[in-house]
Amino acid sequence: MDSNQAKQHNLLGSEAASERTLYPYVTGSSVVAIKYKDGILMAADMGGSYGSTLRYKSVERVKPIGKHSILGASGEISDFQEILRSLDELILYDNMWDDGNSLGPKEVHSYLTRMMYNRRNKFNPLWNSLILGGVKNGQKYLGMVSMIGVNFEDNHVATGFGNHLARPILRDEWHENLSFEDGVKLLEKCMRVLLYRDRSAVNKLQIAKITEEGVTISQPYALKTFWGFAAFENPTVGAEGSW
Amino acid sequence: MFRNQYDTDVTTWSPAGRLFQVEYAMEAVKQGSAAIGLRSKTHVVLACVNKANSELSSHQKKIFKVDDHIGVAIAGLTADGRVLSRYMRSECINHSFTYESPLPVGRLVVQLADKAQVCTQRSWKRPFGVGLLVGGLDESGAHLYYNCPSGNYFEYQAFAIGSRSQAAKTYLERRFENFVDSSREDLIRDALIATRETLQGEKLRSSICTVAVLGVGEPFQILDQETVQQLIDKFELVGEEETPAAEPDAAAADEGGAAEQGGGTEPGPAAEPAPMDI
Repeated sequence: MDSNQAKQHNLLGSEAASERTLYPYVTGSSVVAIKYKDGILMAADMGGSYGSTLRYKSVERVKPIGKHSILGASGEISDFQEILRSLDELILYDNMWDDGNSLGPKEVHSYLTRMMYNRRNKFNPLWNSLILGGVKNGQKYLGMVSMIGVNFEDNHVATGFGNHLARPILRDEWHENLSFEDGVKLLEKCMRVLLYRDRSAVNKLQIAKITEEGVTISQPYALKTFWGFAAFENPTVGAEGSW
Repeated sequence: MFRNQYDTDVTTWSPAGRLFQVEYAMEAVKQGSAAIGLRSKTHVVLACVNKANSELSSHQKKIFKVDDHIGVAIAGLTADGRVLSRYMRSECINHSFTYESPLPVGRLVVQLADKAQVCTQRSWKRPFGVGLLVGGLDESGAHLYYNCPSGNYFEYQAFAIGSRSQAAKTYLERRFENFVDSSREDLIRDALIATRETLQGEKLRSSICTVAVLGVGEPFQILDQETVQQLIDKFELVGEEETPAAEPDAAAADEGGAAEQGGGTEPGPAAEPAPMDI
């Protein structure tokens, strides 16, 4: 309604109202990823929040890309779906060459960086923080791209709250050549902290693994939590005047 | 017989199903001075003969660096070659920028071939009058391709184009089976010998030829005149009889490969007396 009135008063008849992303609507929370002995492990919960409502609880936020990569995203879910569509086209054309060459994780990461940065320059960003991980010819690759096009590579990356809650744990406990079991345990530790402390986290997560052999994304499962702290018993004791 | 009626336009077929303009363009390639390419599993060597118009002028540039991992040698209308080289450089750098990784040479030659094909199917265009020997690296190793004005491309172990290239081709045909495992030095040596073949007895010296190398771990570079002359001298190629294929470590063979050392890899051809004398 408002935009219609704006159009009517617009003296430059052919000019359309400017449409660009101003705020995200349905958002995903953190993604955490690490390099381990055989490849990359990436974890994300399956929540899609609508503002402060935890509205959607089966959103897959980690997807395989081509043969060699997986992409995890936090932020606006519709923009993530748009990115997946773009990458699908990219991989399709890559496959159509049918010449033995294929886009590896480094190439996809670079492509995503270009895409995000160009959108940012047009003041119409894709409102996501992306994590791209993969293995090609024995080389492990793990990188991140933000919605303004900042990109970098590292041994462990996280988006959103994960940067504040998970990275410190990873900085202390990550090491080269983690086994699969240790890697999963480490990621679960990070996800548990996020579950306790991030209000937009839901207790339903998937862990994705990519190695030279291929991609596996686990079935959704829940983490065990512990709430039996003494401080939580009789919470209103000593809280004068609380309702 | 009917050539004259059907050769005005590139978009006119002849009754025999030929496009004469395209074939004429391929003739133009044969008129250009020779260019030679050979490859092993890990390296590609491009060489060409540089004939200057007169003693007063410099010679034309026929070998171009397209990217660190791709180089091209041309024969024919060098102006057309320059334009295509610029296109190739542009494609490579755009790919590098978007994907932060080198454009696979196999994809570049397909794009080049498609560009050439367009000019064979538009009445207001003419085919490019230049043949390109594209050498480059890929995920699967070193490759050498030949791009035709017709829009066709072929992959080769070794090839020669331009005037008197048949002499070089004959030499290469005898030896190409060994090239896959050749060392970098042997490959350059074979390239220089093949170049010498096209000179019909004229003395091979670095002022009339250009040599370029690229390989795994070695970005494309055009060897400077001094280095080429040193290589010519080392291999004793100046008007020399053909030497046997087996050459041990270049470091060990100070006198060049003229001496017949033990362990000749080739069975028959190694014992042949005289080189081509066409």
